[in-house]
Amino acid sequence: MPKSRGKSKQRKPARQRAAPVPSSAQRGLGRAAKVVRAAAARAARASTSLFGGEGSRRVVLLVGTRKGAWILVGDAERRRFRVEGPHFLGCIVNHVVLDPRDRRTLLASAKTGHLGPTVYHSTDLGRTWAEAVRPPAFPKVAVAAGATAGDSPSETAAVEPASGAANGPDGGGASKGRAVDANFWLTPGHISQPEVWWAGTVPHGLFRSHDGGVTWDGIDGFNRNPAGVSWDAPGFFSTPDGAITHSVLIDPRDADHMYVGLSIGGLFETRDGGVHWTPLNRGVAADFLPDPTVPYGHDPHCVALHPKNPDRLYQANHCGTYRLDRPGDTWERIGRNMPKEIGDIGFPIVLHPRDPDTAWVFPMDGTTVWPRTSPGGRPAVYRTRDAGATWERQDGGLPKGQGWFTVKRQAMAADAGDPVGLYFGTTSGEIWGSADEGRTWRPILAHLPQILSIAAAEVPAAALP
Amino acid sequence: MTGEAAGPHRVHIPSPLRSYTAGRAEVEASGGTLAAILADLEAAFAGIRFRMIDEQDRIRPHILIFVAGRPARDLRARVEPGDEVQIVAALSGG
Repeated sequence: MPKSRGKSKQRKPARQRAAPVPSSAQRGLGRAAKVVRAAAARAARASTSLFGGEGSRRVVLLVGTRKGAWILVGDAERRRFRVEGPHFLGCIVNHVVLDPRDRRTLLASAKTGHLGPTVYHSTDLGRTWAEAVRPPAFPKVAVAAGATAGDSPSETAAVEPASGAANGPDGGGASKGRAVDANFWLTPGHISQPEVWWAGTVPHGLFRSHDGGVTWDGIDGFNRNPAGVSWDAPGFFSTPDGAITHSVLIDPRDADHMYVGLSIGGLFETRDGGVHWTPLNRGVAADFLPDPTVPYGHDPHCVALHPKNPDRLYQANHCGTYRLDRPGDTWERIGRNMPKEIGDIGFPIVLHPRDPDTAWVFPMDGTTVWPRTSPGGRPAVYRTRDAGATWERQDGGLPKGQGWFTVKRQAMAADAGDPVGLYFGTTSGEIWGSADEGRTWRPILAHLPQILSIAAAEVPAAALP
Repeated sequence: MTGEAAGPHRVHIPSPLRSYTAGRAEVEASGGTLAAILADLEAAFAGIRFRMIDEQDRIRPHILIFVAGRPARDLRARVEPGDEVQIVAALSGG
């Protein structure tokens, strides 16, 4: 199994954090938001300094790419990032996630063009990695008598004449059962379940580990749901990357209450830990379907649940940007309030860690043939501070023209700092960061492979490699 | 199982799978079928089989396995005494 290629480096003394500067985000808010911010400020004062001083934490960016993973370690000001890696060089790394429950365990999903998908775990922040003993896999489907493949070889030799042709999807036998093609999404379990992790796969599948990622079991209520493959849109659409199960969201108040996004398929909710699922797509457009009023078959690109107000969900969808406040069940298209020339199509959506009214999106051109690049070649982040009623453009420091960025659904993230740090990675291998909640942006790193995901996490400075 | 005691056979390991064989390009495995050979490989090099063979026992699309120089279509392929098994990781794109 691959080992970390990173080397431990001598740590520099932590620098003191500069006095926080009130951001524009703290102006013009409603009373409720001010209450939230005041509470957050009290919490911040009560804890140790977040990014400097003894016992401090540092922001790390966990970057999954088409050709490996990298870990970027921020300095106290989040202005410079030390680059650690590559890990799994050459592998398609869909997601790298830190366990916020211990701040030292990492899980990474990896495959190559040749080799099947697996999950690696590290309990030392990526110094060493171990592969899952039993990675996510669907149940074996019995094949018809006389066509058995695998461990019960028949007397019939099955050696083809030399043709040199690669195997097709069924090349190894007659089984039509599903096989995991990618472990697309990783989510740490509820805080009350320390060793639990969840994985969403391509094709659609949901898996759970009870042992920190060493072994994985399928969630039958999802994988064997009577609706089954019909969760895919009529006509069996799938994205160019396959049928993706993503956005595995857990209600911090209730480990059994979860949401899962299917692209294509829609958003689904369970209140019993995955046994039963119900669609939650009312109000969401599906203009690519013959009947846009169907209960499911939609295409959520990315769904986010606010950690401080778990009744609030945001969604970047193939057909717009939405907000849902539970117990309501009808999404509101808040993207209608974005500039018409920009539109409201994008893949990532990122939430402020403390203010449920603040979110960021990265709009992309979803017109004509869907270039999926920054509209007009002028990259910008758009922010709302009023739950989607209004949006403001944030492009300070970003290219003013000929900037054709594409940012995938997992490739934008916020840290928990104050002000919040934001980060996004492009399919052209650039990472951009903002230490002032999106007002100004700086290039952090270039020349990486295609970036598939970025997760921002905080780890104790003393634990860093 | 047919030919369980057959072998050992020489098995060629492609570079993407050598992280499982401590870098060895050639190992030995016993068995009278490809399924048995792969089971023996898995016993010696845990995890290697799933990277080549999916959970439905299908050979993955960009893995080719040759038995005595002929491509094996599935795991029922017989492996006769003296046959070499060559695993090839082929053409997976850029």
